[in-house]
Amino acid sequence: MTLLKGAHLHDPQVAIDDVADIRIDGERIVEVGEDLVACDGEESIDCTGCDLVPGLVDMHVHFRDPGYEYKETIETGCRAATKGGFTDVATMPNTDPVCDTGTGVRYQIDRSKAAGLARVHPIGALTRGEKGEALAEIGDMVMEGAAAFSDDGHGVQSAGMMRCCMDYVSQFDRVAIAHCEDESITAGGLVNEGTCSTRLGMFGWPAAGEELEVSRDIDLVRLTGCALHVAHISTERSLDLVRSAKAEGLPVTCEVTPLHLFLTEDDITDTYDTNLKVNPPLRTPHDAAALREGVCDGSIDCIVTDHAPHAAHEKDCEFEIASFGSIGLETSLGLMLTNLVLPGKLSWDQLVSLMCVSPRRLLRMQPVTLAVGSSADLTVIDPSIGYVVSDGLFESRSHNSAFLGTHLTGAARDVFVAGKRTLMDGVVA
Amino acid sequence: MLSVRNLIDTTSLTADDITQILDTAQSFAEVNSRAIKKVPALRGRTIVNLFLEPSTRTRSSFELAEKRLSADSLNMSGSTSSVVKGESLADTIQTIAAMNVDMFVCRAKFAGTPHLITENTDARVINAGDGKHQHPTQALLDLYTIRENFGHLDGLKVAIVGDLLHSRVVGSLAPALRTMGAEVTLVGPPTFQVMDPAWFGCEQTADFDSVIPDVDVIYMLRVQLERMEGAAIPSRREYNRLFGLDTVRASHMKEGAIVCHPGPMNRGMEIMPEVADAPYAKILDQVSAGVAVRMAAMYLLLGGEDNDLA
Ligand SMILES: [Zn+2]
Repeated sequence: MTLLKGAHLHDPQVAIDDVADIRIDGERIVEVGEDLVACDGEESIDCTGCDLVPGLVDMHVHFRDPGYEYKETIETGCRAATKGGFTDVATMPNTDPVCDTGTGVRYQIDRSKAAGLARVHPIGALTRGEKGEALAEIGDMVMEGAAAFSDDGHGVQSAGMMRCCMDYVSQFDRVAIAHCEDESITAGGLVNEGTCSTRLGMFGWPAAGEELEVSRDIDLVRLTGCALHVAHISTERSLDLVRSAKAEGLPVTCEVTPLHLFLTEDDITDTYDTNLKVNPPLRTPHDAAALREGVCDGSIDCIVTDHAPHAAHEKDCEFEIASFGSIGLETSLGLMLTNLVLPGKLSWDQLVSLMCVSPRRLLRMQPVTLAVGSSADLTVIDPSIGYVVSDGLFESRSHNSAFLGTHLTGAARDVFVAGKRTLMDGVVA
Repeated sequence: MLSVRNLIDTTSLTADDITQILDTAQSFAEVNSRAIKKVPALRGRTIVNLFLEPSTRTRSSFELAEKRLSADSLNMSGSTSSVVKGESLADTIQTIAAMNVDMFVCRAKFAGTPHLITENTDARVINAGDGKHQHPTQALLDLYTIRENFGHLDGLKVAIVGDLLHSRVVGSLAPALRTMGAEVTLVGPPTFQVMDPAWFGCEQTADFDSVIPDVDVIYMLRVQLERMEGAAIPSRREYNRLFGLDTVRASHMKEGAIVCHPGPMNRGMEIMPEVADAPYAKILDQVSAGVAVRMAAMYLLLGGEDNDLA
């Protein structure tokens, strides 16, 4: 048994917003209340000054395993997730081979169980090999435990194929996750089309390349009834499209990354910092402000990292040939706390919705609450700790963070996964 | 002395920098007109010409400039360097830099490569063209040619015409002209226009004919033929009809106006032969200016007054 004493609990699902103690026995929460007294032999952890929330979930990460283990493995990815305060992550299928069969799903689940840290929920491919040509074995993957389906890394280029995917997925209780990118428009694009592409002399990836597919896929929701989750939205117009789909009552949700909330195309200077080369690209300050507003007004459902590890040699090269992506698991919570929660722009309850409740709902996971009987999946946050994002922070095998050098306040201190302490005073077990 | 350590882009050059380079180029132009075209200004200095993308013209111009300054030079091209053998550019630069060279002149396929080189060596770096980004010495030789012709740059009106989107000339020439007080209009079909002309401080239009009578300089860009029959342009014929500079269009030019082109020209495409060979076309003057301007840039970056300019 373990007793967590004196933390401020936040959980809008059970309307808790108060300092209280939590007792864990085995995998579950067995008692929540004030001034609980430690029993004989019970470990008591002082959480005074800390905040305590249901375990964080990141529903969009890339663990590169199998195929690119030199960038990240399931084990190192789970260490990074744990360090960042997460109990659960969902992995995108663009590995090698692509996760498009039940076997691929099973492999990841087995590997993550062996690591014994954060749980991994594989997202299966919509189409075989993510080629956009033929349906993947979606049913087989559902039976092996796939949490959702996506061809992330690519938009499904043909509207007919996407319709087919969504029709097929709709027979299962699963969400189709769309990476919205019309490659006939974005081909060769490296940065936001506009001032940034002009200034740096590179091909642009225009906002319309994303918005056209967001719009198309929302139309396909009307046709197929399939639940659609729009991945990593990056523009104000994409957000507005999702807003009006929601207003219409369609089963449409969306997510945003801290990259697109807190960085803009203006951060890419003449130094051509390749860690800022991400897909979709960093947009205008206007877009970022609109996305932050969407987070605060509830139009955006989840915060995800799109954690995309790349080895040093894939980033220490010319911007035009550098790989797309930034890691994010270890900085996501700190960025949200520093920029939105601690300045009072976002409530703790909203943060819990964005990083705990909504992703679990979308991944069809059991809800986790801070109530008696719930699985003890918990994240204890120290909101006062200050640090600078640097190489020393990372458990990830790759260090390609777009936020290197950024000062942050607030980080996960302890994490419990089904009662097991996976992060202890900021150190991964 | 220049305010910059390296010559990567024209946007970091001040008007004083540009004037200093053009004035110095003027004295080197005099050297180039002598029977013995060589000064000891950079004797004992080593310059590496790293051409990761082939360019006979730019490379010849740099090599000649180096020889006339008495520098020792080493030529490396994309096909002979280890860059193509899987070694990273950073490794290659560090390896060459370890041999104590003084300067890299780099031509690259990708925007930003010259900047990456500066991060891997203490040697000076000149950008000899990086992707669609910049080609600063081209811009400077253009400014030199224009200034020779008009005696000044401020107040001039310049039209840059053609494939603006894929051109590194626009990226470096337009800002440099603005710095020197000239007005620039970009002209091209919408499929070839830049996304944010305001960033260059320019107007942009597709109406060539309305611009011609108004400008002092018509700067015709080379159209890459491989981009011709693709999606961006219906045909060579139509491009020539809408954006080609022929004698009819040239007859509407202002009194004293000149025509420039960075070369190599597609005669009959963006420019008709009669225009290219007319006295108001300064295309060969640009080529001659190239050697003098590159001598000036190398000389000033490698110590300037500390060396003796005989
Ligand atoms: Zn994606």
